[in-house]
Amino acid sequence: MASQVIMPKLSPTMEEGQVSRWLKKEGDKVSMGEPLAEIDTDKATMEMQALANGVLRKILVKEGESAPLGQLIAIIGEPDEDIAPLLSQAGEKPATSKPVAEAKPEVEPPATPRPASEGNGRQTVEVAEAAAGRLIVSPLAARMAAEAGIDLRSLHGSGPGGRIVKRDIEAAASQPKAAPTTQVVQGFPRAVESRTFQPAATAAASPYRDEPASEIRRTIAKRLVTSLGPIPHFFLTSEIEMDRAVEMRRGINSLDPELKISINDIVIRVAAAALIQHPQVNASFQEKVIRYYEHADVGVAVAIEEGLITPVVRSADQKSLSQIANEVRELAARARSRKLRPEEYTGATFSISNLGMFGIDEFTALINPPEGGILAVGAVTPKPVVRENEIVIKQMMRVTMSCDHRVIDGATGAKFLQTFKKILENPLYLVV
Amino acid sequence: MRFIPTFTQIQSLHTGIRASGKGSESNLYMPIITIREALNQAIREELARDENVFLMGEEVAAYDGAYKVTKGLLKEFGDKRVIDTPITELGFAGLGVGAAMAGLRPIVEFMTFNFSILATDQIINSAAKMLYMSGGQFKVPIVFRGPGGSAFQVSSQHSQALESWFAYFPGLKVVMPSTPADAKGLLKSSIRDDDPVIFIEQERMYGNKGEVPDDNDFTIPLGVADIKREGTDVTIVARSLMVPLSLKAAEALQQQGVSCEVIDPRTIRPLDIETIVASVKKTNRVVIAEESHPFCGVGAEISSEIMERAFDYLDAPVKRVSGADVPMPYAKNLENLAIPGVDQIVAAVREVAYLD
Repeated sequence: MASQVIMPKLSPTMEEGQVSRWLKKEGDKVSMGEPLAEIDTDKATMEMQALANGVLRKILVKEGESAPLGQLIAIIGEPDEDIAPLLSQAGEKPATSKPVAEAKPEVEPPATPRPASEGNGRQTVEVAEAAAGRLIVSPLAARMAAEAGIDLRSLHGSGPGGRIVKRDIEAAASQPKAAPTTQVVQGFPRAVESRTFQPAATAAASPYRDEPASEIRRTIAKRLVTSLGPIPHFFLTSEIEMDRAVEMRRGINSLDPELKISINDIVIRVAAAALIQHPQVNASFQEKVIRYYEHADVGVAVAIEEGLITPVVRSADQKSLSQIANEVRELAARARSRKLRPEEYTGATFSISNLGMFGIDEFTALINPPEGGILAVGAVTPKPVVRENEIVIKQMMRVTMSCDHRVIDGATGAKFLQTFKKILENPLYLVV
Repeated sequence: MRFIPTFTQIQSLHTGIRASGKGSESNLYMPIITIREALNQAIREELARDENVFLMGEEVAAYDGAYKVTKGLLKEFGDKRVIDTPITELGFAGLGVGAAMAGLRPIVEFMTFNFSILATDQIINSAAKMLYMSGGQFKVPIVFRGPGGSAFQVSSQHSQALESWFAYFPGLKVVMPSTPADAKGLLKSSIRDDDPVIFIEQERMYGNKGEVPDDNDFTIPLGVADIKREGTDVTIVARSLMVPLSLKAAEALQQQGVSCEVIDPRTIRPLDIETIVASVKKTNRVVIAEESHPFCGVGAEISSEIMERAFDYLDAPVKRVSGADVPMPYAKNLENLAIPGVDQIVAAVREVAYLD
């Protein structure tokens, strides 16, 4: 019996996935557990495994197309099995990203009737051709899509060679807004999409250019709106003398050049130690309960090309500096190539965002819910400070902690920050 | 003869007349005449209107014209106004340019435009450039007219479209009527124009009939295109012989559910590109029909203009339907294949409308 391959939930926040690459062709044998396709989720590119044995009979969602969770995207069956019932079922639930004009003749532009000869099979061939190379689109269709905010890669071109033409945009634009997420997938602008600036409606206002928001960018937006909106933030800033930490780092790195421990690694380790001493901060507001965590799982904000992501250093309180350094380096590298697994970037108890490398002295960060706090770390810079009535030059670093006031009070946060400062100014505490 | 005007064509005449902005109200019942007769009326009326106008060419006087366009004019205006020339195109074209510089308004008939090739030095190097090279001292109000385009089985040297040659040069105006009313209104405007005008009639269309205002003041301005048929899906730009064929194609396509707008530029230079672009912005698809060769043809120029001015409105590449890129064959079957017909225009429209 043929089995359906549906778009799986590959990340906790995933609402739809984009098939980035099929690893099997139609007609290929597949066995259970074998990689079947690579799926772009809102966060990462994940491998999807086959859950049945047989032959990949039909691919219903092409490379570059998106489908919502649970949608049929392929069929695995015996080579001679009749899959027509499944296919017709798929026809009733078309890919939301794909206007199936045949099913909705009323959306066709009346002026250009579609001839009866144009069948499904022919379209499939043409789309395959188009998918193999660059997107083919008429100038008019490109302009209409840009104006309507329709992602061209979500469409099937009905013109020769899979060219996307006016009627395809009209059909897509008149599709019911069943799934608003379908219009936009990840957003590197293509050459065919307009890179030019639109004149603004208001006289003398700046021209502008609309580009589809990428999946990850929209996730960031959605997540952060749920942060500063519902979460009552307050901010605590402290200036920390870093001379000893800097000296310790230099000392450790001189022991073994392979170690490459950064200031941020030390900050992570110290924050983890402070979190364990202040369980009220290593906590999360969960409506009816306050959740306190046993370990300090520290999320580290990593800038990637399309936004940012926070891979998690698990139990950072129990790890050595070199373990943390290796782990952060490895996670960041995979984050940049979008190869993180969901469990590697979710479920932190506290986060750290460091913009010191950009020369930022001080900033505030938004809490990544449901965490209770985030530490915004600035650059280490030499500054004149007063020590024993003398002005001396010290390596100083400013940190600002954002706290969820529902779970952390001012004094609680301040005490945490005090501990953090104490340890960081005297890193020997780490080994005491 | 061959092309009996359809109802649509006759209707389209009204459009043409409206474009001129004069004449039609006083002539509720307009006579139906041929293009040949319309041209004859235009020349007669202008000879009568302005004594500086005179006509010369091979066989224009005693023989009434090789295609009888000048019938009766010698008798009516005498041999000082209607002059038979020897077979010397370069000579009488030059004579005409000189007369025009001296203040007269010559109409020079080429028996066919194939023979104008002999006179091109006078047309291009003298007539077209005189105003510019004399610093505006000498205008050259001359009309070179005669049949052009394909004819029936007269082979390569006598069956060809030369409009792109003349349209290429700054200083010349190029006019190609497709209906009797356009022929009359445009020829009268050409004779009254102060610049040299190349007026190309279609040899196979002299017998085409249509309503023409019987009005001495009926003129159609140069440089104004005419929408011969309104439509919404595809714009067909056609001139001369291709206009009636495009209207037939549009009829056939209407049966197939495709609404075509047929635009006749009427004047190749100056070209009314605005009307064409406005139509393309409405329909998003264009077919250019022409009987000339495709390479460096007028269609190539129109196509380029459309691409530059309406790129973002195009839903399909601009499609040209042109004459075969070979010398015109003599054999009837090959000649038929070398000249675009209704079927090719229909096929091209279906292609740009993504129907096949």
